[in-house]
Amino acid sequence: MTTTTDAHTQTARWTKKDLLGLRELSAEEIRLILHTAGSFREISLRPIKKVPALRGKTVVNLFFEPSTRTRTSFELAAKRLSADIVNISPQGSSLSKGETVLDTVRNLEALKVDVLVIRHAAAGVPHLIARRAAASVINAGDGAHEHPTQALLDLFTIQEKKGRLEGLNVSIIGDIAHSRVARSNIWGLTKLGARVTVCGPPTLLPAQVDQLGVAVTHELESAIRGADVLMLLRIQHERQEAMLVPSLREFRLRYGITHGRLSLAKPDILIMHPGPVNRGVEIDSDVADGPFSVILDQVTNGLAVRMAVLYLVSGAPKVDEEEA
Amino acid sequence: MAKVLIKGGHVVDPASGRDGRSDILIDRGKIAAVQPSIPANGAKPLDATGKLVVPGLIDLHTHLREPGREDKETVETGCAAALRGGFTTICAMPNTTPAIDHRGVVDLIHQEGRRCGSVSVRVVGAITRGRLGKELTDFGELFDAGCVALSDDGDAVSDGFLMRRALEYAKVFNRPLIQHAEDPQLAAGGVMHEGLVSTTLGLRGIPSEAESVLVARDIALAELTGGWIHFAHLSSEGSVELIRQAKRRGLRVTCEVTPHHLSLTHEAVGEFDTSAKVNPPLRTEQDRLALIEGLRDGTIDCIATDHAPHTDWEKEADFDSAPFGISGLETALGVCVTTLVEPGLLTWSQLIGKLSMNPVKIVGGDGGTLSVGAAADIAVIDPTATWTVDPKQFISKGRHSPFAGRTLAGVVVKVLRHGVEVGP
Repeated sequence: MTTTTDAHTQTARWTKKDLLGLRELSAEEIRLILHTAGSFREISLRPIKKVPALRGKTVVNLFFEPSTRTRTSFELAAKRLSADIVNISPQGSSLSKGETVLDTVRNLEALKVDVLVIRHAAAGVPHLIARRAAASVINAGDGAHEHPTQALLDLFTIQEKKGRLEGLNVSIIGDIAHSRVARSNIWGLTKLGARVTVCGPPTLLPAQVDQLGVAVTHELESAIRGADVLMLLRIQHERQEAMLVPSLREFRLRYGITHGRLSLAKPDILIMHPGPVNRGVEIDSDVADGPFSVILDQVTNGLAVRMAVLYLVSGAPKVDEEEA
Repeated sequence: MAKVLIKGGHVVDPASGRDGRSDILIDRGKIAAVQPSIPANGAKPLDATGKLVVPGLIDLHTHLREPGREDKETVETGCAAALRGGFTTICAMPNTTPAIDHRGVVDLIHQEGRRCGSVSVRVVGAITRGRLGKELTDFGELFDAGCVALSDDGDAVSDGFLMRRALEYAKVFNRPLIQHAEDPQLAAGGVMHEGLVSTTLGLRGIPSEAESVLVARDIALAELTGGWIHFAHLSSEGSVELIRQAKRRGLRVTCEVTPHHLSLTHEAVGEFDTSAKVNPPLRTEQDRLALIEGLRDGTIDCIATDHAPHTDWEKEADFDSAPFGISGLETALGVCVTTLVEPGLLTWSQLIGKLSMNPVKIVGGDGGTLSVGAAADIAVIDPTATWTVDPKQFISKGRHSPFAGRTLAGVVVKVLRHGVEVGP
């Protein structure tokens, strides 16, 4: 296994207890995670998909919000590193009995766990926990705030397919306002030198988004033209009820990626989606399954990225009061 | 009752225009004389050399939580916190459980206030039954029971028709209706100011216009009805400008601002700091400066704390779940001195006016002045002393503050109510 050596040859060293978001990471720290992920990627291609890197460590998947793919990805990542992992979800636990988040965490801490992987519908919950817990915290998605491992796997996938991130044009399309994936990607992409355009109707763009260092357009055509990567986001059905879009049909007509619209795109465009995909809404089926789509590569790379993150935060010195 | 002589202090009493060194003689709970030098003649001396002697502060907007949430605050703990902050009169807001919407609850709070004895506790009744925004309370009963104003604070009266009727009917009593100006649809689900910080944190925002649209509507209704509207805790530049224009037109519109809106912006939320979660939300630097300008030019009449205590466990939650509110009685004066007086934005006399004389113009009653014959409700302040805010040391049960760790100027060293030393 070459992981340890590779990580140490990097100029940056991982010093953070937690991974809460990409906003607080430097470009060097992001590159370190991507590099580490690169060295973990081949483990999953071996007949015996397991290394002892985290043997004796305990990881808890604490998912206050339902998730299948992210939870499974973290679970497999931990198992392939030989960590012990426990899954906790609201159903059938004290979380559904009115226990506060911090009480839950205090109880887990009493069991001496090493890493808490946290998903919550409210922004900032991982930060709240990280401030109180000695264990490392990995944000697996908090409200509309950040989803750092998703953005890291997106960066990894783009770099893998394009060989670079710097100077690429990436258009993020759809419901930016409610998307933690969009926010993490905006931080990650801009830090690594990509040019980001966000595209959607004004109702789905958050206030002053232009001040995050991105271009803004409401016209899908201009977001497609010249883009190296189209990053689509899931549009939630609730948005229709909240009058953010008149209907999902209208959204598809104006912002859906169809085969026809791809004629405007560069011939080597990449199409990405964090899943789960609403076929026939933000993306048509033939595009999702078509030659430009790297949606399943994203899933594969997610495993390597999460192994890298688990590995790095577990190896970092534990500091009780580290600044996020 | 013994006479008391406050000697050697610098008296700041905007109501009488006094701003200079004076002695104050107190006899039978009232101010008997204010003169440059008064001989003791057996009066109990109270040395105020180097200190400011000001009217006891009056808070228009205090959440005492009793009845209903005595774990957050009681009349007793709220009064103790008020005293420490230099307040001798506080106005209890009606968002209790049950709401202050009938005489029984008004009487209960008055009775608890009298039992504590140290601070004059006045009561703001509800405009609508249960504060549900559906039907008017019995205004006459509430005012007869001693309410100084009515408000559905915590929520706006959003129904324009109901607000019109309330403003019309309240004219009989010549008392203000206090509006928590916030359009519930525009604010729905919001937890902080809508802007760059909410976008970065992924939190649902409350636009400034959620406030200003209701301010605009209620100004129009005040004009229609000739009624008296008082806007609570202004937060936005747009609202200040609307009120400025309304006052120019001679409408009966008054308003207040909190120390936290004068001193902090949405940046105070930082990384999900729930101690800065407050409604209306802390807004931008431009809004903050507009509020200060409104205070300076008289558009904003008063400073009120909007003291809103919560338990530790409620505030130690994620930002969406944590309740709105800042525990403000104990920091109000220090924040105002540090933010307004020290940089020269307000004089001491102007600040004390916003915290005593002007509130009395809104809620009536005695206090708010140190002129001869007035009740001897007095705060003695060391204007140069500083202290560092440690919410764990608050007397209030709400031990949370966005000012934690800040060093503030201005320390309350003595509080007298009706001539008797009661605090801090």
